[in-house]
Amino acid sequence: MGILEVKDVGKRFGGLQALSDVNLSVKENTVHAIIGPNGAGKSTLLNCLVGKLIPDTGSVMFDGQSVLGRKPYEINQMGISRVFQTPEIFADLSVMENMMIPCFAKRDGAFRMHAIENMHNEKDIVEKAEAMLEDMNMADKKDMHAASMSRGDKRRLEIGMCLAQEPRLLLLDEPTAGMARADTNNTIDLLKQIADERDITIAIIEHDMHVVFSLADRITVLAQGTPLVEDDPQNIRGNPKVREAYLGETG
Amino acid sequence: MLGMNKKDTALMIVVAILALGAPILLNPFPTESAMAQFNAGYPDLMQRFAIFGIFAIGFNILFGLTGYLSFGHAAFLGVGSYSVVWMYKLLDYNVIWGLPLAVVTAGAFALLIGYVSLRRSGIYFSILTLAFAQMSFNLAYSVLTPITNGETGLQVYTKDPQVLLGANEANSPHFFGLVMNSSSKIAMGGWEFTFNNGYYFCAVILMVMFYLAIRIFRSPFGMMLRAIKSNNTRMTYTGLNPRPYALAAFVISGMYAGLAGGLMAAMDPLAGAERMQWTASGEVVLMTILGGTGTLIGPVLGAGFIKYFENIFSKINDNILHGWFSFLPDGLEDFVVFIIHPFIGKGWHLTLGILFMLVVIFLPGGLVEGGQRLKKLVTSKKDDSNNTAKTEPAE
Repeated sequence: MGILEVKDVGKRFGGLQALSDVNLSVKENTVHAIIGPNGAGKSTLLNCLVGKLIPDTGSVMFDGQSVLGRKPYEINQMGISRVFQTPEIFADLSVMENMMIPCFAKRDGAFRMHAIENMHNEKDIVEKAEAMLEDMNMADKKDMHAASMSRGDKRRLEIGMCLAQEPRLLLLDEPTAGMARADTNNTIDLLKQIADERDITIAIIEHDMHVVFSLADRITVLAQGTPLVEDDPQNIRGNPKVREAYLGETG
Repeated sequence: MLGMNKKDTALMIVVAILALGAPILLNPFPTESAMAQFNAGYPDLMQRFAIFGIFAIGFNILFGLTGYLSFGHAAFLGVGSYSVVWMYKLLDYNVIWGLPLAVVTAGAFALLIGYVSLRRSGIYFSILTLAFAQMSFNLAYSVLTPITNGETGLQVYTKDPQVLLGANEANSPHFFGLVMNSSSKIAMGGWEFTFNNGYYFCAVILMVMFYLAIRIFRSPFGMMLRAIKSNNTRMTYTGLNPRPYALAAFVISGMYAGLAGGLMAAMDPLAGAERMQWTASGEVVLMTILGGTGTLIGPVLGAGFIKYFENIFSKINDNILHGWFSFLPDGLEDFVVFIIHPFIGKGWHLTLGILFMLVVIFLPGGLVEGGQRLKKLVTSKKDDSNNTAKTEPAE
């Protein structure tokens, strides 16, 4: 049994069958990559996992509990954090505040009315956020306006914010899309370090083969809304079906 | 001090000095001078500064922090006024009964309206709140006449029960004997200062409400509200449910509005449906934007600014203008008066509109941004002079 079990999931948008018979099992403490050509249904599948979309058929179980019908914030509180393709951070807030919010969410849950105490007096939250920024090598940017950071730093911050919630499963949606080579390599190193040091499962959707083969323990290839193969990286490279569907096009 | 950092404490002290010293600070011109008409230190206007200041501070907690633009906050103002007048009618003229009730009923209304309206965001939210406010206005104006006394407005009659009314009790609103409409006047040289009980009552409440707003702004709750405005998607995917946060902000700002409405009735024991009209809702939006959305002091400044111009510009008439421009040749004098005429008296809205446009275009951060730019200009000039002073010997 994997920590995430996707069974017979199907999703239709009008005349388009975006997903059909998707079966996927993500083992605990592994890095599982989902790859596939454009329009293969990768993002649709991801949205089904985090509660943004509800599949028409099938089931999605996280740690033995169904996530279907739950709201995104409830699924997040179960232990699934998501990193977006374009970094979603609180751009109008400072870097420190960005990091404090997930710490509050972890400690206090989805809603708590704490309107009188000063947030800087919450010692445990401040310490945790500072430690997390230290881990992300951003301690010097603490008081910066989040919007004024570089793309790579925003990505780091977003990943750090997700980790501050101590999730059991981290979902990444093309985390290096639109990044320069140097930033891409930094992100790969960061993710490797996270996978090695933390008790965490990572599921990653990616286009960049360099990223996928550097990180993944296991790869699922999605084509036209349905899984083609699921195997170890070295077997995927040599698989003729995968070449035809995907690798062949890009060389 | 009191759980605030240095900067906030300084701000609080400034507000306290302005609020308590207003009767003197707003009366800079001697009574007999030609400029006396620009004095704002009379009770009626100062009360409005304080009351609309409270209204705008509360509105800013919703609009400034969460970004949800409500176009229906005047409904809570009206609810607050009606609550207070009803307490006059049933119990007695002590405002201690009415004001808490005003806050509670406005809060209950806000909970109801907010719960429904917050299902949508952006323009749809604004339209929903506007619809609710207009509904409340029409209910108050006609359908609910037994409660609101319709277009006549709710007021106290001698046949009302007033069960707690004592034999020697004042026959107008008071706070444990402190009669709101009584003032003491002090003449000093050419100046005359009016210290009004009602104004000071409002000013003290304004200070308390301002302090409360500071605490909310600096709290984890305040940060969550700013997070809603900044990125609702990230908020949801960080395991936070934005709706109860936004609803709590809506209810708190509704309670501020209810308190402001209650204070209006505490100054003048009347409540009319027109207080709930959409123009009143729009006014508080103008105040907040003009002063500086999302800043602490901005809404208070905006409220003061608008109320000042409303009173002063609307008082100026053609005769006064002719007096000012009498030094010009006759034809030119008439021409200048003709040009300025539409901007004064009843036309003061035109002036306000132009001022509002200028502020929004050139100072998107409102009056607060204007102040900051001014400060930067002054300090950078100082730095320059310091630098030249230092570098000169080296050369």
